[in-house]
Amino acid sequence: MNATMIQTTGLTRHFTVKKDVVEAVRGLDLHVAEGELVALLGPNGAGKSTTLRMLTTLIPPTSGTASVAGYDVIAQQRDVRRVIGYIGQGNGAAHAQRGRDELVSQGRAYGLTGRDAKARADELVASLDLAAVADRPVSSLSGGQKRRLDIAMGLIHAPQLLFLDEPSTGLDPQNRANLQEHILKLRAEHGTTIVLTTHYLDEADAMAERVIVIDHGTVIADDTPARLKAEHAGDLITLGFGSASDAGAAAARLSSLSGATVSAGGATVEVRVAGGPRLVPGILRDLDAAGIAVESTAVNRPTLDDVFLNLTGRSLREGVVTPSSEEIAA
Amino acid sequence: MSSTTMITDTVTVFSRELRPVLRDPFSVVFSMIQPLVFLGLFAPLLPDVEGGSALQWFVPGIVVMSCLFSTAFTGSNLLFEIQTGAHERMLVTPLRRPALIVGRALKEIVPMIVQTAIIVLVCVPFGFDLHVLGVLLGVAILAVMAVGLGALSYTLALASKDTEWLFWTVQQTVLFPVLLLAGILLPVDDGPGWLRALSAANPLTYVVDAERALFNGEFPASTVLSAVVAAVVVAVLGLAVGTRAMRRSS
Ligand SMILES: Nc1ncnc2c1ncn2[C@@H]1O[C@H](COP(=O)(O)OP(=O)(O)O)[C@@H](O)[C@H]1O
Ligand SMILES: [Mg+2]
Repeated sequence: MNATMIQTTGLTRHFTVKKDVVEAVRGLDLHVAEGELVALLGPNGAGKSTTLRMLTTLIPPTSGTASVAGYDVIAQQRDVRRVIGYIGQGNGAAHAQRGRDELVSQGRAYGLTGRDAKARADELVASLDLAAVADRPVSSLSGGQKRRLDIAMGLIHAPQLLFLDEPSTGLDPQNRANLQEHILKLRAEHGTTIVLTTHYLDEADAMAERVIVIDHGTVIADDTPARLKAEHAGDLITLGFGSASDAGAAAARLSSLSGATVSAGGATVEVRVAGGPRLVPGILRDLDAAGIAVESTAVNRPTLDDVFLNLTGRSLREGVVTPSSEEIAA
Repeated sequence: MSSTTMITDTVTVFSRELRPVLRDPFSVVFSMIQPLVFLGLFAPLLPDVEGGSALQWFVPGIVVMSCLFSTAFTGSNLLFEIQTGAHERMLVTPLRRPALIVGRALKEIVPMIVQTAIIVLVCVPFGFDLHVLGVLLGVAILAVMAVGLGALSYTLALASKDTEWLFWTVQQTVLFPVLLLAGILLPVDDGPGWLRALSAANPLTYVVDAERALFNGEFPASTVLSAVVAAVVVAVLGLAVGTRAMRRSS
C-alpha cells in the first residue's frame, strides 16, 4: 500500500445563503494514496468543487478534518499550498497578461529563481503545445489553449499532488481528448497523484482507475469503473422481434433468467443482466428452440451513467429525461 | 527551490502587476484622457493670477486628480481576475496574503509617476514653471497616497466579489465628492461652512494644498507635514483593510 496523500474525516461544509443553510459537503471520509488517479464524479451542485476548495485551503471546513500530503489544511496552509497544484474551474492565467509572463510569475510565487522560472516556463510551453500563443495576451487564446495554459500554471513547481476542477468542461471533443492525453502523460512520466472532478462520464471512465461518485455532498460509490459497473449495473441486451406477440412470448421465457430484469415494449425486449455477451448465444438457441424468431440483437456494456441511475434513480447526462426524473417533476 | 519571504512575495506580485503596463505602456495614458481633457478645457478659462500662469494653481490639482482616477479604477483589474479565476489561482500558491495586497498597491506608484511627468511636460510649454525639487517631494507624498488609494480600491473589489455593481456604484459615488471636496477643480475656501468642514475631513485636501505649494517651489513646513500625515493615514488604513479582506478572500 502506498503512502497516504489525502485523508479526510467527516469533512463538512455549509454555506449560509440568506438564512438558508446549504449543506454542500456532508461528512466526507476520503482516503487517497500516493500515485492514485481519482475522479470525483457527480452532477452539478454535488459538492465536488467545494470539496476541492477545502482540500486546497481556499475555504475552511465547517467541521471535520483534512490532511493533504501530510499537512493539515487549516493549521498548515502554506505547507499544503507549497506541495499541491490546483487548476480551478476558471482560468488561472489573467486575461490581461501574456501566458509566458504568468508562468514566470507563478514560478516566482513558488520560490523559483528568475532563471529557473523562465526555464521551467519554456519547458511547459513546449510540452503543452503553447509555443505559438505563449507570448500573446491570454484573452486572445482559444478555450482549449487557455485550458492548457492553466494546466501549465498548475505544474510550474512540479507538484506531487494535482487537483483539477472540471479540466475539460466547455471544450470540444478534440480538445478534451488532447487535454486528457496531457494529464495521462504527466501521470505516466512523473507519478503525480491526481484528483480531478468531472461530470463527463466518459472522461471518468477513460481516465481514472478509481471513481468516487458524489451526490448531494456525500460519497455514494467508490471503486474502479469496471467494478462499479459490474456491481451496480448489468449489460443491456436488446432483442428485436417480428411482432409484439413474439416479443411478449420471448419476455415470458426470459423472465426465468437468474439475476435479469426483463422489460418488453412493442416488438423489442430489453434484458438487463450481468455478463450479457456470454448469455446471448444461449438465449438465441433457447428462443429458436421455442420457435420464436429473433430479428436483431444488441448488447450494450453498462456506462457509469447506468451506475449513477441505479444508485440515485437519476441520470447524470444533462438533458436526458429518465422515467424517474419525470416522476420527480410530476 | 529557494524559500520565499514577505519581501520576495511582494516583489513577485508587484512585478506581475507591472508587466502588462510595461508590455503596453500606452495603457497608462488611457486612464489619463479625462484629466488631460479637464486640463485642456479648464485651463483656458482660468483667470491669470498675480505673478504667473493660472497653470501654477491648476496643474498640481490635475496631477492629484489623475492619480485619484487611476488608483480608484485599479480595483477593477482585480475584480476581473476574481471573476475569471486568476485570483483564486494565486490564493492557492504560497504567496503570503499581505503581499498580494501590498505588491499590487505599490505598483500604483509607477503609473502615477509616468502620468505626473506627462502632465508636467505637457504644461511647461504653456507657461508652467517647473520647480524640480518641489515636484519630486510632491511626487513622493503622492506615492504614499497612491498606495493607500490603490489598496482601498482593491479592498472594494474583494468586497464586490459576488456583486460587481457594488464596486462601480461605490467607486463612482465616492470618487466625485472626494475630488470636488479636495478643491481640485474649484477652490473650497469661499464655500459655506458645511462644505469647508467636509473638505477639512478629506485627506486629499491636505495633499492637494501641499502639492500646490511644492509644485510652485514653496516648502511651507506645516502644509507639507499635514499632507504627509494625511497620505500616511490613508496608506496605513488602506493596507490594513486590504490585508484583512485578502486574508478572508477565497
Ligand atoms: N460560495 C458559495 N455560497 C453559497 N453556496 C455555495 C457556494 N459554493 C457552493 N455553493 C453551493 O454548494 C453546493 C455544491 O456546490 P459545488 O461544490 O460548486 O458543486 P459542484 O462543483 O459539484 O458542481 C451547491 O448547491 C452550490 O450552490
Ligand atoms: Mg464545480
